[in-house]
Amino acid sequence: MSYVLNTESEKREMLKTIGVNSIMDLFGDIDESIIQKERLKLDKPLSEARVKADMSSLSEKNIRKLSFLGAGSYNHFIPSVINHMLLRSEFYTAYTPYQPEMSQGSLQSIFEFQTYMCRLTGMDVSNASMYDGSTALAEAASMCSIISGRKKIITSKTIHPQYREVVKTYCSMYDIEYKEVGYEGGITDCSEIEKCIGEDVAGVLVQNPNFFGCVEDIKKIREISSKTNSMLVVCVVEAISLGLLEPPKTADIVVGEGQSFGIPKSYGGPAFGFMCVKKEYMRKIPGRLVGETVDMDKMKGYIMTLTAREQHIRREKSTSNLCTNQALLALAGSVYLSIVGKQLKDIALINAKKAKYLQENLDKIGIKKRFPNPFFNEFAVKIPNSESVIGRLEKSGIEAGLNLERHYPELKDCILVCSTETHSKEDAERLIEKIKGALDETDI
Amino acid sequence: MKNPENFKYTKEHEWISADGSVGIVGITDFAQHALTDVVFVELPQKGKNLIQLKTAAVIESVKSVSDVYSPVSGEVIEVNEKLLSNPELINKDPYGTGWIFKIRFENKDELNALMSSEEYTEMMKEH
Amino acid sequence: MKLIFEKTSPGRKGITLPELDTPDVEIDIPETSVRKELDLPELGEVDVVRHYTALSKRNFGVDSGFYPLGSCTMKYNPKINEDIARLPGFSELNPMSQEENVQGAMKIMYNLEQFLCEITGMSAFTLQPAAGSHGELTGVMIMKKYFKDKGEDRRIILIPDSAHGTNPASAAMCGFSVKTINSCKEGEIDINNLKENLDKNVAGLMLTNPNTLGIFEREVMEIARILHDNGSLFYCDGANMNALLGIAKVADMGFDIMHFNLHKTFSTPHGGGGPGAGPIGVTKKLEILLPNPRIKKEGEKYCYYSNDESIGRIRAFFGNFGVIVRAYTYIKTLGAEGLREVSENAVLNANYLLAKLKDDYNLPYKRICKHEFVINDMNMPNNVTTADIAKRLLDYGFHSPTIYFPLIVHGAMMIEPTETESKQTMDEFAEAMISIKKEAEETPDVVKNSPFKTPVRRLDAVMAARNPILKFEKH
Repeated sequence: MSYVLNTESEKREMLKTIGVNSIMDLFGDIDESIIQKERLKLDKPLSEARVKADMSSLSEKNIRKLSFLGAGSYNHFIPSVINHMLLRSEFYTAYTPYQPEMSQGSLQSIFEFQTYMCRLTGMDVSNASMYDGSTALAEAASMCSIISGRKKIITSKTIHPQYREVVKTYCSMYDIEYKEVGYEGGITDCSEIEKCIGEDVAGVLVQNPNFFGCVEDIKKIREISSKTNSMLVVCVVEAISLGLLEPPKTADIVVGEGQSFGIPKSYGGPAFGFMCVKKEYMRKIPGRLVGETVDMDKMKGYIMTLTAREQHIRREKSTSNLCTNQALLALAGSVYLSIVGKQLKDIALINAKKAKYLQENLDKIGIKKRFPNPFFNEFAVKIPNSESVIGRLEKSGIEAGLNLERHYPELKDCILVCSTETHSKEDAERLIEKIKGALDETDI
Repeated sequence: MKNPENFKYTKEHEWISADGSVGIVGITDFAQHALTDVVFVELPQKGKNLIQLKTAAVIESVKSVSDVYSPVSGEVIEVNEKLLSNPELINKDPYGTGWIFKIRFENKDELNALMSSEEYTEMMKEH
Repeated sequence: MKLIFEKTSPGRKGITLPELDTPDVEIDIPETSVRKELDLPELGEVDVVRHYTALSKRNFGVDSGFYPLGSCTMKYNPKINEDIARLPGFSELNPMSQEENVQGAMKIMYNLEQFLCEITGMSAFTLQPAAGSHGELTGVMIMKKYFKDKGEDRRIILIPDSAHGTNPASAAMCGFSVKTINSCKEGEIDINNLKENLDKNVAGLMLTNPNTLGIFEREVMEIARILHDNGSLFYCDGANMNALLGIAKVADMGFDIMHFNLHKTFSTPHGGGGPGAGPIGVTKKLEILLPNPRIKKEGEKYCYYSNDESIGRIRAFFGNFGVIVRAYTYIKTLGAEGLREVSENAVLNANYLLAKLKDDYNLPYKRICKHEFVINDMNMPNNVTTADIAKRLLDYGFHSPTIYFPLIVHGAMMIEPTETESKQTMDEFAEAMISIKKEAEETPDVVKNSPFKTPVRRLDAVMAARNPILKFEKH
């Protein structure tokens, strides 16, 4: 089953029109020595029924548990509407809107997406989306360097470890010096930034809420970076936080991950990254932009614009090589924001309340918060024998959180726990009960 | 449009109209035609020191982005701010109100090495 | 059509909030850090559904009709892939979960890597890159590190003048200088021009094969030889792999690195501009440079591991898993026979359509093509341009081909029917193209002022660029 429509007789007719005898004549310009004589060593074609059965059983090899794991990928309520809109084939089987007259659906939805992201982040301009939060952050670092002409980036250790790895890779390839600063009390240690800030620093990167779930002191970091005219990049990995927290209006660039906006975790992708900037960087922002215009009859319409900056025209002089964005997922995000609307604040509040409730009740059984600073929906707790506790809970069908020591060797016996609007009171109680049980066992 | 006679020209289609040691710089009619509708001009900064044939400004059209190279070395003393709100002046009047920047230069040899109007017209004929 | 923001009605709600069944505690965040206003619309579910339904009707996908965008491989997107990717056992997985919990996911990724190795002859693959251009960037990063580790200072990458813009952009991003190699009059890369430009400064050549004209680079093995003799690497832009599945292996041609576009060759939907996936494959000597982490199989178990020599991570997590699942399902459905059938019919269809159009349109390169071909507007009367033809096609109910690419053909139209189109559809398209040519002769203004039947008429691109309005602002 290969979805090919040509029947044998149609093939013969077409070959006749072309003027060759066989299909392989059409490959006659390929050196005989590399033409494959044997079939590929792959399975035979399978029926739809058989594929469905095989893939279902593969999906069941993945064990889903009651999960309090966040760490960059979040459990959130996904309204049914989103999937139905995404499955409209005019959206998902379309290509990039290069013929705008026929693609107003895609283009208008991107224009709306750009508007949404600006409103949420407090920035002036948003692009049409990027691959994900980590590459958006790396591209932002690159942008800081290109705009300022400086070759050094300061990154906070409280940024997601994998995001930092990506920034490090990009920096080393783009010959940008990468410097990390540590944390104090669960948030970026500003005194360390002060020690290494200078006229050679292109930008300072910080995540808010950070990897530990804590709310960063953006104001202070902005003050320090402004003294040397270094740019400030704020990265939002848990997008729901934008419903509750003060938007990072003082940043130069705001990037982040949109998975929390109505997109399933899907083992890490696809979701979408976003990048929003201040007005003055409009012509330097990578990726696609959709703008408003009119047609010949003066009717309002939307079109990809400022395309001359992009790779397909600027080629080696472009500031980025981005081509594809994540249009369908940006659409999912837009539908989410449309249906949730102002209630995004309520959802964010529920997240904060559930997390706080869980944290307080863990505290009651002796599991203390690791960091004093305020948190959103994720927090780190001290747990003796954390590896073993997590292991026991896994056996009981619970994913308790992330063992932080794996990523921060100095944080021994610490677990990162996340609670969202998807966790019920029973869920929280079950976690607490099982942790208590696991601790009692390990004491023996 | 005819290339003004008393201007000097570069291979990259810039012109310079010199008066003493100050020159006005723009792009030729051929260049603006090839670019099509100009949508944005990235002007050099006042006071910037430019080197001959290095990028001085960037012109963006719907279809492309082009570097404008400085015909001579010197200091930028004025830029045509009107281009920020009316970039189409480059298309409409490339030798007049579409000028891009004014430069103070010292090395008259650089200027004299550039093409004359006849030489530029000759070069264009071969295109 | 109104924007969603213009449909807001204060007090309207789109969802009922999840229950707050826990006590209403005071949150950790101080009031000073809480946002005071949230400018999002207030809409009911019906409002939202009608808005996006209306938007979808102003769009056109492969399911709507013929979409011969050259270089994009707009083949049919099988529906089974959509169902499988949405299975909770795939969609609900957290990428930070322990390996024991995600063995099914790891098996899919590991197996897909193996399938792609078998299809291309490459030694190893990574599925991390999120798109073709991301894959290219990764490939260039690998080239850069390869020479750095060898202690060789090579700063130049050679790229044909027919290449896609992402090639030089990716090279430039990593600090390489780009030298352009000319194409010769047969449409292939000029091997003499290549030899002239080859020296110890050249890190490699990036080549698309079949190239962006839809033509197979016949001298590819010779090119590989001279590059390797020079100690350079050979990169294959695999955007056009739809022509070669089961026919010829990229490794046999001498390539060292290549990328696939899963959203082109392996049927995953384009989504209006993403998501995609751009896996990178390499020969043995480059394997350790692939992005971390990698997957290995130990007995029946799958695990992640890292190499110190790797270029590092190029994205968080493991790749666009949802896209990977779709591509995997596609390969399982088609099997070896189905994949070969894809390329045989993709090439048959393209040559058929070429034969139907060559008498009326100018064919810059008069030879057998692979899965796509290029024509241009050279024979068009009355100054009717490629852009005009593209717009008029919309009135006939077809999506236009790719226009003005590759740059080496003036007024290019790149047509790729793909293997999932029927002879009837192609005949209709050819008729429309011939009809438009007739219109160009007899009623050129109709063509020049088209489209007429689309939701909007021809749009002003200049205005959009001069006065960019990139978001909605209430006045």
